[in-house]
Amino acid sequence: MSLENFSHSEKKDFLVSSASLKDVRAFSRDVFEKFKIDEDLREELVLAIAEAAQNIVKHAYKDMPDTQDKMVVRISCSDDVLEISFFDKGKPVEKSEVKHRAIDDIKPGGLGTFFIQQIMDSINFEPGKEPWINNLVLTKKLKN
Amino acid sequence: MTYKITEEDNISTIFLDGEIDMDKTDEVKGVIFPVIDSGKNVALNLSNVQYMDSSGISVLIESHQKALEKGTKLVIKDVSKSVLKVIMMAKLEQILNLE
Repeated sequence: MSLENFSHSEKKDFLVSSASLKDVRAFSRDVFEKFKIDEDLREELVLAIAEAAQNIVKHAYKDMPDTQDKMVVRISCSDDVLEISFFDKGKPVEKSEVKHRAIDDIKPGGLGTFFIQQIMDSINFEPGKEPWINNLVLTKKLKN
Repeated sequence: MTYKITEEDNISTIFLDGEIDMDKTDEVKGVIFPVIDSGKNVALNLSNVQYMDSSGISVLIESHQKALEKGTKLVIKDVSKSVLKVIMMAKLEQILNLE
């Protein structure tokens, strides 16, 4: 479907915990259903969002399993462009360290960022505005 | 996540059910690894797994490597469409034994 002239934004906060990932997926699916995004693309986008949220838990909050901090996921759609933002107060992300493993080096781990890159058009780390430390922004142009 | 294990013709078939993410990987490993360690051939049925992320894919890779080390065979059967898409995105369809 065309989302031309469509503008909508929803956000929700989640405890920074692996147990929150299913809630992140449920929130994302709910928003994408409202956007009437077809199921195949919806599940790809849900995977990208869940991988990004997982990276916050695994990396920005490494060694902090009992944190009570929240992370925020905001999904916006304006015309045909989807923008998904993540905000957290974990360790500052070093852009140079954000990379996936070589895809032909078969071993566990290192695929989450690869999936995000495969699914989304752009991945940008922007400085988090107070009180946030990290602000990851993913975008994707939705085709008609 | 729920699971059941059946035994037939020296093959242990593990039926997993639900969504497999970072939060479930220890539980999934706790189901699969002991069966591989027992030296039996293993079939992993994923027909009722509707979602798997990179953490779940890592468990499949670890299981595959563990089976190779043990000299047993691990096949992955009846993969749901959504999980197959993730396996293919990871370019693992030729590495893992899919049936």
